[in-house]
Amino acid sequence: MKKTLFVAAAIIIGGLLIGALDMVHPFGNPGAAPMDNYYLENSLKELSTENIVTSIVFDYRGFDTLGEAAVLFTALCSITVLFREGRKK
Amino acid sequence: MNPLSLIVRVGCDIFAWFMLVFGTNVIIHGYMSPGGGFQGGAIAATFIVFLLVAYGSRRVHSWVNEGIYDVLFDELGLLSFIILAFLGLPTSFFFNYLATPLGVASPWFTPGAGTIFFMSIAVGIEVTGALSLVILNMHRGIRLFSESPMEEELGHDR
Repeated sequence: MKKTLFVAAAIIIGGLLIGALDMVHPFGNPGAAPMDNYYLENSLKELSTENIVTSIVFDYRGFDTLGEAAVLFTALCSITVLFREGRKK
Repeated sequence: MNPLSLIVRVGCDIFAWFMLVFGTNVIIHGYMSPGGGFQGGAIAATFIVFLLVAYGSRRVHSWVNEGIYDVLFDELGLLSFIILAFLGLPTSFFFNYLATPLGVASPWFTPGAGTIFFMSIAVGIEVTGALSLVILNMHRGIRLFSESPMEEELGHDR
């Protein structure tokens, strides 16, 4: 009884999930992307950087870079704590 | 972690400095050519990897003052990055206050990219110091956990 209930629930939920795949955005077709187009069109005009990736990383999305630097610093701290020399005998 | 033979050491001597110069080049030109702070810092951190591979951990750890990597590289890079970000705070955090539009001569000695140039250098310094410290610490950890303490480091050629 319990097993048939589980199987029925799994079939219903799986069917719903597979049906929901119909509404997923089609793969390889990004559609409208006003943010990306803004970066591509204006980074050279506004900032005179030839490298659009750097202008995004260090200016438009600088907060992400701050987070990355924090991640690197945290990794360094944890590795230093982990591999610290033990107490001298 | 023994030092390798004379041929490897001479080759690593040459290529270690080449990688350091190449990483600095990638960091400095990050605003106008492929690369940037993270990539150039990772390249420049291979300097210490070359030395560790060629000369063994004991000799390299006697050469390296880790306080330089810790204070001067890591904290200087991070602090200058955050200070550069905070200096744009009258407008917004991470505002590029030194940037000039295309075709307008920049009033300072900076390139037109403005703070992107300085932030790239700051992140490059930070990544160089952090990755070098990670490699040095983990390499010392290998020596710490090895079963027999290596008193004598003998190369293949002596």
